[in-house]
Amino acid sequence: MDDKRLATSDQRPVTGGDTEWPLWEVFIQPKPGAPHEHCGSVHAVDAEHALLNARDVYARRSEGIHLWVVPSQWITASTPEDVGPFFDPANDKAYRHPQFYKTPRGVKVY
Amino acid sequence: MALSEYLLRLGDDRLILGHRLSEWCGHGPILEEDIALANISLDLIGQANLLLELAGKVEGQGRTADTLAYFREGVEFRNAQIVELPRGDFAFTIARQFLVSVFEALQLEKLQSSKNADLAGIAAKAFKETRYHVRHSAGWMLKLGDGTTESHDRTQIAIDDLWRFTGELFGNTDETLVEQGIAVDCVSLREPWKREVARVLQAATLTMPDDGFMQRGGREGRHTEHLGHLLAEMQIVARSFPGAEW
Repeated sequence: MDDKRLATSDQRPVTGGDTEWPLWEVFIQPKPGAPHEHCGSVHAVDAEHALLNARDVYARRSEGIHLWVVPSQWITASTPEDVGPFFDPANDKAYRHPQFYKTPRGVKVY
Repeated sequence: MALSEYLLRLGDDRLILGHRLSEWCGHGPILEEDIALANISLDLIGQANLLLELAGKVEGQGRTADTLAYFREGVEFRNAQIVELPRGDFAFTIARQFLVSVFEALQLEKLQSSKNADLAGIAAKAFKETRYHVRHSAGWMLKLGDGTTESHDRTQIAIDDLWRFTGELFGNTDETLVEQGIAVDCVSLREPWKREVARVLQAATLTMPDDGFMQRGGREGRHTEHLGHLLAEMQIVARSFPGAEW
């Protein structure tokens, strides 16, 4: 675990000596009930600032009704090397897809 | 004072401030802020468009928002002088935006219940936008005032320089229009404005200047020398190619 992450208890991410403001990932909810979708990133000094910047960059044409901003450094991502072990083995496991199962007679299919 | 004159005040404040803000387009300190300032600029110009269109309609002389924006001389503009001052550095732009946006938010909140339905409708739309302008500029006041020594000093200088232009915002409004429930008495907005400004300045470790001499004249068409230069740039295309569409 990265110590820097543990040490930062407030909402201000670590800049790592860079003069640029920290990066934040922006997620927008297009309409009520819909999931928040990643739409891009912004630079900002704190959470409120990130929210305002996200609004100005990604939400000025009625793109959504709710925003999340998350410090980019707090997102743990899989690596290209993970592609095989993470995603490949599913190909031969057809029974994980609903289409694998036959619909019993008498069940109405919509 | 006729209603059209009152609407010109409201519209011109926004048109001129919107134009000043638009000068930052492509020059913002970072991409996100560049877009933010352009957004606010467009909000203000949009509000001006509605208000000036209504002013022309009420006046009944066939003038449109475009005629009023592009074919009036400086002495015919009714904006307060504070909005025509050059954009200055980023601290000056933010400090002015903050002082004016707080005023506009208080004004628009009340104008939403104006007896003039058209004006009330415009105010309702503009109030939402302006609440964001306050949030944006107040956030920057905190960052700049309570930031580095340089950002603090620049912001304090901006507030000091701007202060004598704030009095004009709270000048008298026509009594008849106020009594009819159409206009908002700006004098009554002064105390709530001072409270809000004082709260943010204190949090931003900035000092609120004393009220001294207050500059006036914009509402009567007496402007600083800066308005003429702004109008020259803003009006040149429309005046060179009258009626052109693009």
